[in-house]
Amino acid sequence: MDIMHFLDIIWLARMPILKGLGVTISISLLAICAGTVLGVFVGLALTYGIRPLRWIVRGYTDFIRGTPVLVLVLASYYVLSTVGLQLGPFQAGVLALAVFCSSHVGEIVRGALQSIPTGQTEAAKAIGLTFPQTFAYVLGPQALRHALPAWVNTAAEMVKASTLLSIIGVAELLLRTQELISRTFMSLEFYFFAGLLYFIINYAIERFGRYVERKTAVPT
Amino acid sequence: MTNNLLEIRDLHKSYGAVEVLKGVDCTMQQGDVVSIIGSSGSGKTTMLRCINMLEEFQGGTIRIDGQAIGYDVVNGQRRRKSEREIARQRALTGMAFQQFNLFPHMTAVANVMLGLVKVKKMSRDEARTLAETWLDRVGLRERAEHYPGQLSGGQQQRVAIARAIAMNPKLMLFDEVTSALDPELVNEVLQVIKSLAQDGMSMLLVTHEMRFAYEVSNRVIFMNQGRIGEEGNPREMFHKPQTERLAEFLKSSTFN
Repeated sequence: MDIMHFLDIIWLARMPILKGLGVTISISLLAICAGTVLGVFVGLALTYGIRPLRWIVRGYTDFIRGTPVLVLVLASYYVLSTVGLQLGPFQAGVLALAVFCSSHVGEIVRGALQSIPTGQTEAAKAIGLTFPQTFAYVLGPQALRHALPAWVNTAAEMVKASTLLSIIGVAELLLRTQELISRTFMSLEFYFFAGLLYFIINYAIERFGRYVERKTAVPT
Repeated sequence: MTNNLLEIRDLHKSYGAVEVLKGVDCTMQQGDVVSIIGSSGSGKTTMLRCINMLEEFQGGTIRIDGQAIGYDVVNGQRRRKSEREIARQRALTGMAFQQFNLFPHMTAVANVMLGLVKVKKMSRDEARTLAETWLDRVGLRERAEHYPGQLSGGQQQRVAIARAIAMNPKLMLFDEVTSALDPELVNEVLQVIKSLAQDGMSMLLVTHEMRFAYEVSNRVIFMNQGRIGEEGNPREMFHKPQTERLAEFLKSSTFN
């Protein structure tokens, strides 16, 4: 393979690739942010919710986590429209990924909160803190540290899962790449290049996670 | 009777079907130092934890400075106070725990400051000054910026005591504060407690350190199977136990 020729082709195809990359990043960011916000509430409900609420939320997370992401994506695009919720492929895809993300983040948050010894809550109570204060100053900051590595993992999973949106016609990086391949027949080169871009995104997420972990580490 | 600092009447507490406190009565005056001794499972720690509502109790009343703790009686119905009210009442007492329970993500001084700023609503500067004063008092002024993970067990426990006492509680509760410490670290913590007692701090201690209970307290309570088995001044209790159960307990303990 002539490397110069390949770079030349990539350069010519830069616009569709960049657009695809932009869409992939938007999908991932939206899904991760929405999924994290929703997931925090899921985690709080699982940990502190009254029993009926806990059962409902437990059912939600178990159901979502037990379903393949592809099925969620397809259901969100094809099934929701039958009940009158007409979403475009991008919206439907982001919704499916956000829901998927929320169930994982919910479990991460629950695990992080439950890993904090009860003595912490008791000590906070003993100095007269209310529950919201205890959560804000004692439990939350500690849970954040516990949750971070698993959360970074989930975020990277979301980037990878965004490729599934190509099935419902969202022109993200993978679909753009496939279009380029069908025009140029350079499958090895373009798949390799797309893989490289996905790696760079996830590597950046991982570095960011490490950075935050280091920043928030408690000296011992 | 109205000037009792602590007044416990007929305290009952069960975990499900298991009754751990079967009617405990106890009063303390300002400045009293009372030690609670007894074998494990006798209800000592549970009694202490009821006083600041870390445990719910099903019967009886606890009053601190005349205020009924945890529950109101409205039209003959016993009703739990609001969380906010209970949180406020918890600040009447300070508590030191067996496992220290310092907040690991905060420095020593931040541990002490948290309650001052968030509960007492002091400014950060005021709180820091007071926190540093108390850290100095427990001999840890120069460790103020250390995290709990960087301190020895004895130092952590002293910070925890400073954290509780900086809140200016009416009554300090000590729950087996030396049980988790290496033997050579026990003394530094006991010295701190002793000096607080000499300053007139009212305290209630659950302890296995018989020698310490003997030296520091003006009254000792022996708990036995969820009831007060015997109580009195330490001299009589340790040298002339009235009940066979206490005599037995003292024989098996380290006091000699």
